[in-house]
Amino acid sequence: MNKDMKILIVDDFSTMRRIIKNLLRDLGFNNTAEADDGSTALPILQSGSFDFLVTDWNMPGMTGIDLLKAVRADAKLSKLPVLMVTAEQKRDQIIEAAQAGVNGYIVKPFTAITLKEKIDKIFERLEATA
Amino acid sequence: MANNTFPPESLQQARALVSSLEAGNEADVNQLLDTLGKLRESSLFHELGKLTRELHETINSFHLDARIAALTQTDIPDAKERLNYVITMTEQAANRTLDAVEQSLPLSTQLQERAAGLRAPWQQARAAANGALNGVGDQITAFIDEVENDAVVLQRHLSDALMAQDYQDLTGQIIRRVITLVHDVEQNLVGLVRLSGQRMGGAAPAPATAVAVASATVLEGPRVPTLDKADSLKGQDDVDDLLSSLGF
Repeated sequence: MNKDMKILIVDDFSTMRRIIKNLLRDLGFNNTAEADDGSTALPILQSGSFDFLVTDWNMPGMTGIDLLKAVRADAKLSKLPVLMVTAEQKRDQIIEAAQAGVNGYIVKPFTAITLKEKIDKIFERLEATA
Repeated sequence: MANNTFPPESLQQARALVSSLEAGNEADVNQLLDTLGKLRESSLFHELGKLTRELHETINSFHLDARIAALTQTDIPDAKERLNYVITMTEQAANRTLDAVEQSLPLSTQLQERAAGLRAPWQQARAAANGALNGVGDQITAFIDEVENDAVVLQRHLSDALMAQDYQDLTGQIIRRVITLVHDVEQNLVGLVRLSGQRMGGAAPAPATAVAVASATVLEGPRVPTLDKADSLKGQDDVDDLLSSLGF
């Protein structure tokens, strides 16, 4: 896990994006970009070389789950690690996200520690299977 | 009979039917079945007629009810506007807090680092001063420790304040759902008014202004800028201007 990795933060609430950006900065990740919807995020991912995607679920244009599926379906993006940070916490939704290939799932409200732990875990697993 | 669907003759007919069945009188049986059937139908039709009339009258009064017009034309759109404004207000408040936190965090980090960095040079200076700095020297040493420790505490509290702003996202999501619900109710209400209007042959509902209440008795609550009325003031300056024009 490289502290310079390029991270895209996607959430339709700008205040939440700002909080996540600050938390990532506290963890040493300064290379972040933002999008306010799955539909604006996808072209950004396709045109840039991102190493990590942090996304909400519930967004008006394209939802986070659809963004995840689109990422997994795109040959260039299919291996992108994806962390969902969302208020959605029904069993079926978590199962759907897991089956769609999400790497981590955080429910809101969350703590800074939880974010750190989940990010660490995601990259530990990726490095283990690399 | 008020409560019965079936009039009392039907019992009589039923008895006659049983007798005819027992006697094997097919013609009579058929005729009695017919009669019983017709009795039932006419009762049902009677009830149906009553219900239809009641429904007709309800729809009629509903359509012409000025309160319905007020709801669909003013109150519900206002309600959605207010809810949207709440989301805007919470966004502004959260951003203001985040501004303050984002500016304070680096200050506290700097304080911590500077204090830590001063400790060694300070001890050296004290040692070199050979007791000349003893009085205030102890205080300064304590101060350096205090600054470093307190800076850590400050950072923790500032981080808590940062995280707490997540309320804006969560409350905003909930409020958006309520707005959708209100919108759906509004659509249904408008549809119902339109439907009843078509049935009534286009009698127009009483306009919303017909239910305007004297504004002096209605408290408006916090100002929602897009809902400003003609006599709404727009802030402390407006209030002060008005008061001074009245001689205060």
